[in-house]
Amino acid sequence: MSLREVVLSTTPTAEAIADLRLGDIVYLDGLIYTAREGVYMRALEENANIPMELPAESSANFHCSPAAVIREDGSFDLGAVTATASFRFAKWLPEWMARTGARLIIGKGGMSSKDYREYFVPNGAVYLSTVGYGTGALLGRGVETVEAVHWHEELGIAQAMWVIRARRMGPFIVASDLTGACLFERENALIEQNIERVYEGTRPAVMRRYGETDDRSDEIIG
Amino acid sequence: MIPVSLIESTAETLMDKAAIEIPQDYLDGLKAASKTEDGDLSSFVLKAMLDNYAAAKEDRRAMCGDTGVPRWFVKMGNEARIEGGPVALEAALRRATANATTGIPLRPNRVHPLWRTDHNNNVGIGAPEIEYGFEPEGDWIDLITVHKGGLFGTDYRMLFPSDGIQGIRRFYLDSLMAFGKRGLACQPAIIGIGLGGSKDTCMVLGKRAATLRTVGSRNSDPRIAEMEDEFRELGNSIGMGAMGFVGKNMVIDCNIEVGYCHTGGMQMSVHAFCLSSRRAVARIWPDGRVEHRTDPDWFTDYQRREGVEWEPALEAAE
Repeated sequence: MSLREVVLSTTPTAEAIADLRLGDIVYLDGLIYTAREGVYMRALEENANIPMELPAESSANFHCSPAAVIREDGSFDLGAVTATASFRFAKWLPEWMARTGARLIIGKGGMSSKDYREYFVPNGAVYLSTVGYGTGALLGRGVETVEAVHWHEELGIAQAMWVIRARRMGPFIVASDLTGACLFERENALIEQNIERVYEGTRPAVMRRYGETDDRSDEIIG
Repeated sequence: MIPVSLIESTAETLMDKAAIEIPQDYLDGLKAASKTEDGDLSSFVLKAMLDNYAAAKEDRRAMCGDTGVPRWFVKMGNEARIEGGPVALEAALRRATANATTGIPLRPNRVHPLWRTDHNNNVGIGAPEIEYGFEPEGDWIDLITVHKGGLFGTDYRMLFPSDGIQGIRRFYLDSLMAFGKRGLACQPAIIGIGLGGSKDTCMVLGKRAATLRTVGSRNSDPRIAEMEDEFRELGNSIGMGAMGFVGKNMVIDCNIEVGYCHTGGMQMSVHAFCLSSRRAVARIWPDGRVEHRTDPDWFTDYQRREGVEWEPALEAAE
């Protein structure tokens, strides 16, 4: 099976999102903002005003902090860009989507299909995964300009809200769709068929641990 | 006497090389993996990674946006003397870390664990870590920087002699499965296994096995070397590849290091050095020569010595 390439706007139409299939390779055009725990806490728990017009300017939320520096003259030097694992932000995402109209959640590792069904699908949103992980230099090349860095004094460079203009930025992989299907869980299910054979002969440790499972279909996220 | 200014300038160069240039041994390992990979998604991922390493070198930008947590390993020949002593050395490494963080730039990853405050320069309490080793001969020092990334892919467990090799196999597989799903461990990786020691030194052994040994290196104990081959194949037989997609390549290599432990226990740690296996090494001599390389060559016979005395030193004295 050959993979399909799609160029997508960061303010995509509902049709463009509906057209995405699991495993499509996506390149993005338009404004993308980074938001992770620092931004979520400041916006949702401390009720700070979100310093952008969302989703008019962008509906693409990147779980990321770039390898970048703010120069003394206020300019930016942005090198590499890669995602951080998204499952840790499940607690804030439903409210964030409702408040900002985010439709493209970009990060590492995806969410569970339960997350997709409960608040991605009802919001018309899908998950795009970065590739690798760690195609930081390739993604960095896709950044045309840094438009702004919000809250860097309050949150530090790594947690600040970076607003970047992407030009054919990618690759990303479509990891959920509007039916709530999850690419990673699909792959897990295929791999599980082999697990019994791989574990043959091994034994559980003589000293167990609280909360331990021998169910290899389990995941450690969620 | 090794000038401290040379240590600082070399350390800055190493920070740059580690962040930008994938070491050749790992690159060769990943290229070989990409030739055997036939899963469509996992093949795509490996090709993208190879493109990424080329882009990083071409643009002189960090290969990954998560530039890891910079740390230092310093190894000194027994005759090495450093201008200003160890305090000056540590100051030079801290300065180089801070300067390179804004110069390259790196992501200032290091924050206070509770207050989440930072200095935007990867320096803070206990950061960067600086660890030491010594060799019986030489007037040089080796500076090794490792920028290990990732919050996932590492685990520890107290096993017991009755768990045996099958218990070791299971914990190894459990670690790969748990952190390999969705590619949390950023595999295919160099997997380091630490066996024995105490809880803390077992973690250190595993981390050093992953980060301070190259792809293709083998433990000097032939039976452990056999285990390394076997565990590499075992990891690759799971059927999981890059990003947790169906694939054949999970482990680029498996390195095992051991330390003597309590007679009742068999500590085990597993560490994954990610797709961005950032390490860079330089040897500095007192006459100002600097030689760069990517093999830390940490685990020498001296580091793995078993006896009370270092035998060659005794022989020389006789």
